[in-house]
Amino acid sequence: MRFLLDDEQREFARSLDAMLTAADTPAAARAWAAGDHAPGRALWGRLADADVFALAVPEEYEGMGLLPVDMVVAFVELGRHAVPGPVVETVAAGALLSRLAELGEAAPAKRLLTALASGEAITTLGLPEGGPFALDADAAALRLTVTGGELRLASGHARVERSLDPVRRLARLRPGELLASGAPVAAASRYAADWASLATAAQALGVGLALLDRTVAYVKQRTQFGTPIGGFQAVKHRLADVLIGLEFARPLLFGAALTLDTADVAAAKAATGEAAYGAARAALQLHGAIGYTAEYDLSLWLTKARALRGAWRGPGECRRLVLSGDREAD
Amino acid sequence: MDLDFTAGEEEFRQRARDWLAGHVPAEPLPSLETREGFAAHRAWEGELAADRWSVVSWPEEYGGQGVDIVKWLMFEEEYFAAGGPGRVSQNGINLLAPTLFDFGTDEQRARVLPPMASGEVIWVQAWSEPESGSDLASLRSTARRTSGGWLISGQKTWSSRAAFADRAFGLFRSEPYESGGTGNAKPHRGLTYLMFPLDADGVTVRPIGRLDGKPAFAELFLDDVFVPDEDVIGEPGQGWRIAMSTTGNERGLTLRSPGRFVASADRLVRQWRAHGDPADTALRDRVADAAIGARAYQLFTWANASRFAAGETIGAESSLNKVFWSEYDIALHETALDLLGAEGELADGGEWAEGYVFSLAGPIYAGTNEIQRDIIAERLLGLPKGRR
Ligand SMILES: Cc1cc2nc3c(=O)[nH]c(=O)nc-3n(C[C@H](O)[C@H](O)[C@H](O)COP(=O)(O)OP(=O)(O)OC[C@H]3O[C@@H](n4cnc5c(N)ncnc54)[C@H](O)[C@@H]3O)c2cc1C
Repeated sequence: MRFLLDDEQREFARSLDAMLTAADTPAAARAWAAGDHAPGRALWGRLADADVFALAVPEEYEGMGLLPVDMVVAFVELGRHAVPGPVVETVAAGALLSRLAELGEAAPAKRLLTALASGEAITTLGLPEGGPFALDADAAALRLTVTGGELRLASGHARVERSLDPVRRLARLRPGELLASGAPVAAASRYAADWASLATAAQALGVGLALLDRTVAYVKQRTQFGTPIGGFQAVKHRLADVLIGLEFARPLLFGAALTLDTADVAAAKAATGEAAYGAARAALQLHGAIGYTAEYDLSLWLTKARALRGAWRGPGECRRLVLSGDREAD
Repeated sequence: MDLDFTAGEEEFRQRARDWLAGHVPAEPLPSLETREGFAAHRAWEGELAADRWSVVSWPEEYGGQGVDIVKWLMFEEEYFAAGGPGRVSQNGINLLAPTLFDFGTDEQRARVLPPMASGEVIWVQAWSEPESGSDLASLRSTARRTSGGWLISGQKTWSSRAAFADRAFGLFRSEPYESGGTGNAKPHRGLTYLMFPLDADGVTVRPIGRLDGKPAFAELFLDDVFVPDEDVIGEPGQGWRIAMSTTGNERGLTLRSPGRFVASADRLVRQWRAHGDPADTALRDRVADAAIGARAYQLFTWANASRFAAGETIGAESSLNKVFWSEYDIALHETALDLLGAEGELADGGEWAEGYVFSLAGPIYAGTNEIQRDIIAERLLGLPKGRR
């Protein structure tokens, strides 16, 4: 038992962090929210070069193999830097097509997986486990959807709706060409939903960490009553609770990456969702009115924390799954 | 990164499981906060010790099996899963023993540790005083030099299990401190850490009833109690540093092992499946949170154990543990009582009721959660130090 990241995984996180810091992701996120996908696409290319979209794709389709722990490492960084776009959906689609191939339905994987893994095809995904909307269908080159036990390539999408996170653009998909159907599709869909939920949980943890970092920096320099507000106990204790929430969600996330058990993933999703949302509430309060403005970058993480809490299985559904229990007496 | 245990670890787990299956009392022992229960728990410590299960992580020469932190965690998991009784020796094992390993003499270790391991001598912690709780360094009980030792005087309070226990370890002021004065300006200086028997001349023990009336702790009145030099731990005057090195242990890895919460959460989930109302999603969510919290604490501890094994030290992070488990424990028990419904009010209604009363003290002892949050904010988040 060595429940710690290895050096390579740490290095992977560090290099993504450095790349995303240099890439000015907040600017790309703002452009994405305004419907200008160009900076986001450039960013997408760099993520692909770092193999982020190849982490749920077998080597025979030019992926890295199925590496859920590395995927979690990457998505914590994507959350910390508020990366825009259907990143979760693309990786989960990779898991879906890979699994389908493993279950004997290899044609869709052969046709689509390489482009997905290389970052050439931004992909969105709608599954029965994931709610009515697909993310960023207007930006995606590939739109996959499972309904009624059938995997289809969507022919298009309905009007784009605004999310309360302006960076997330939501739309219902229109079913199109049939790619596969039957029991393997249902199994692959459940498997992909676990990946999506796990990736969302990782992104949420990253969002929470970014909110805490920014808030700690802010309360150290913002002065009221002649002293930094970070010296007041009410402020300190609130931030201590945020740290506790995030630090106890983190091991659930990595534990779930190791088991990929639906109940474990649900526990991680519930805990990271609550912890990130708690971080957002504290961040907004402790920034005062400046935190309530769209122009301050903090808003990018604030609104995302709420949206991710509900995305790919909300808190109630996660808790139901925890108790539905594959792992009765561990 | 993995969650796999080695064959040797699994073999150890199986050995512990087998032993516990053959020995854990079929009926729960009476509450250890009663005279009868205390005696029964003392006997149980002896039974554990006879086969070297009372202090598995200690070196063999003192009665342990010399196992590492991972095996210790496994043992604890098995212990609580098997329904093992509460540990009446816990303050000695978790607080005094680590201090003696680090700061004691060979003679002290040889004299103190084996009877601690067997439950023959049960220890209490005599730190708190009526005027010194969170501000422990303000304590006023004194130690005065005399030939061959020290004379201690003053009043200690809230000493857990002192009503029935044998010996105490505590902090005493051996050099005067005048607050606001010009001399010794730091209250933490000039404290001496020492051990004394509760039945010595000059010691009066007055039991105090906790919320449910059971004498779970006591006041100690000390009037020129003689303590020989060999019962001083470390250098006289260095007591604060020595004592603080053990609070890390108390809050950190050893005071509350995840095994206890994992076992309780499993039990709660089983009860929910058997008796819960599926339509009551509010209660269902709390049961789920209990399961999630136990797993989070277990994995968090494994991560710390892995860091430990890799040679890192666990410092102020232990304050994260303390706040987490103490608040978790209350939520767990509140949920269980709510699931029991009207039966939950029964004081003798099984382990949940007694556990509930015990859990309520968690945010107060071992350093209050307010003090822990200060530590987290200042040492882990780097926020400015405030007045204490
Ligand atoms: C069940 C139980 C068992 C115990 N066992 C032992 C034992 O075996 N040996 C022993 O020595 N002691 C023991 N204690 C005592 C325990 O260590 C003290 O209760 C604890 O240190 C708090 O001190 P206090 O009770 O005097 O509270 P106080 O220090 O008076 O605090 C009261 C409240 O004020 C808050 N407060 C105080 N200062 C601050 C501050 N600076 N900032 C914010 N809030 C603050 C505290 O957090 C608390 O909520 C036990 C206590 C309990 C409840």
